[in-house]
Amino acid sequence: MSFELTEDQKMMQKIARDFAEKEVAHGAEERDEHESFSRPLYDAMAGLGLTGICFPEQYGGADGDVLSYILAIEEISKADAGLGIALSATVSLCAWPIFAYGTEAQKQKYLKPLAEGEKMGAFGLTEPNAGTDASGQQTVAVLNGDHYVLNGSKIFITNAGEAETYIVFAMTDKSKGVRGISAFILEKGMPGFTFGKKEHKMGIRSSQTMELIFQDVKVPVDQMLGKEGEGFKIAMTTLDGGRIGVAAQSLGIATAALDFAIKYSKERVQFGKPISANQAISFMLADMATKVEASRLLTYQAAALKDAHKPYSKEAAMAKLFASDSAMEVTTDAVQVLGGYGYSREYPCERYMRDAKICQIYEGTNQAQRMVIGGAVLR
Amino acid sequence: MEIVVCVKQVPDTTEVKIDPVKNTLIREGVPSIVNPFDKIAVEVALQLREKHGGKVKVITMGPPQAADALKECLAMGADEAILISDRAFGGADTLATAYALSTSIEKMGPVDLILCGKQAIDGDTAQVGPGIAENLGMPQITYAAKIEINGDTIKVDREHDDGYEIMETKLPVMVTVVKSIAEPRFPTVKGTMKANRTQIPVWTAADIAADEKRIGMPGSPTQVRRIFTPTQRSQGQLIQEETAQQSVAKLMQLLGDAKVI
Repeated sequence: MSFELTEDQKMMQKIARDFAEKEVAHGAEERDEHESFSRPLYDAMAGLGLTGICFPEQYGGADGDVLSYILAIEEISKADAGLGIALSATVSLCAWPIFAYGTEAQKQKYLKPLAEGEKMGAFGLTEPNAGTDASGQQTVAVLNGDHYVLNGSKIFITNAGEAETYIVFAMTDKSKGVRGISAFILEKGMPGFTFGKKEHKMGIRSSQTMELIFQDVKVPVDQMLGKEGEGFKIAMTTLDGGRIGVAAQSLGIATAALDFAIKYSKERVQFGKPISANQAISFMLADMATKVEASRLLTYQAAALKDAHKPYSKEAAMAKLFASDSAMEVTTDAVQVLGGYGYSREYPCERYMRDAKICQIYEGTNQAQRMVIGGAVLR
Repeated sequence: MEIVVCVKQVPDTTEVKIDPVKNTLIREGVPSIVNPFDKIAVEVALQLREKHGGKVKVITMGPPQAADALKECLAMGADEAILISDRAFGGADTLATAYALSTSIEKMGPVDLILCGKQAIDGDTAQVGPGIAENLGMPQITYAAKIEINGDTIKVDREHDDGYEIMETKLPVMVTVVKSIAEPRFPTVKGTMKANRTQIPVWTAADIAADEKRIGMPGSPTQVRRIFTPTQRSQGQLIQEETAQQSVAKLMQLLGDAKVI
């Protein structure tokens, strides 16, 4: 068993790290403060090819692997977790299902511009009354000749408003429960497809989150993704992959917090010595570092399994669960190591702590991850 | 337009450590990077190619691992790379390095423009670029802050402490560039994947038919006794009153106050 990254993986990591350090980090505080998503920054990141890493060349990708892409999310999230999730939402939640379930025409039309970074993507599953229980979908799609008519709404949608391409789930046959859910590819600007209120969030404030509203949106039948009734399966397998992205985002946040706390503890002098010389602090840092390392191994393992085309649903859930819980603990402890400075907005640790919280919630709460893992181990 | 960019792989530090016996750079244990000024030269070459077409070739002389520096340039978008590597080149000073590079550039075929960084951050000699131009009988313009090419003519803003010197000459020419000329682009994912799969040709001393007395240790008359940072000379005080008369009066007063006159 080798834990060494390949040359390609190391270079992808370097590209993302250099970009994150030089272009992303310095404006992160301001974007957080003003709740502003920066499309130019996203475009610069996409222009380097980070959105196409794990797709084949014929669809505008670089023919790299999932792990390389996961390394990129980790690096971007170290500097700005909001931009990290914007990348993950486009790639894992929008481009990937088109790659996995789309027709050749759909891949050419929708996947290629996403992989090439010309367009942004989003994923709409959650509704006011359908969160963890996706079967409660109230958005409906009714077949009418050569198109479906979509009505309903989606909430808490990352990249909404900015994205040009949307994967949207709707009931095509209510009587069949989850087997009556279908997936559609929607384009920004379709008549009847509008955006509702912008969410004001606790963390990842540099990412844009909005409501999607559908009022008699005519969706041509060739914009259905997969077959009718396959929506739930598409949503669940997409989220399996998305969770590796959230795990990587958590890992990036936790790593940034750990690095900051270590540096601070060596510089902060109290009672005539750096606070790192106290076991109370060094043991805390040891626990934080261990949690980060364990998160890293689980996350990379899930990505490696996906690369090897082996089942990864359980491992992705474990990685997401452990990495996000760890990120919450590590960022909270980083704030503690910094004391009053940790609580102050002068330093980034309070932002890391606010950013970490969402990772325990979205793409399946950590309670839902335990349902996935529990189901798998008891099978 | 055929552009050759000469790059050097350097240790990622401005703190150069010197082997006390051999008086050469200690490279072990220090991560290597593309000399930052050379990366800027690659960027300038890529911008010129975007404007005028043609090809950008990068060349370096160094140990086998210097191929990594070339790969980074390929990932940025250079078309071709050549590594000049042979034990016989080891210990080369700037004269022997310029000889090996210029001989290789001749073998590469016709060239319109040779670009170099103004100097390497390890040795700081700024001699190899001019040495190459001299060997190839080409005009040279150092410290370029702006380059414009019009047909077979190149116009360069040459950076000085107190302004620019505008120079113009016919191609081919060797130009060294300063930091302000461009910001190097990030390598792209696709470029990097492609670069990683590229087999970079390695030319030995025999391949370039090098005169063995002019390469490596035998070709290097430089002997390093000691390396130190010279103390900075202060710029002096600039007197710039409204009129020349007032300036002279101020100068006389200052000299008088200092009891110089």
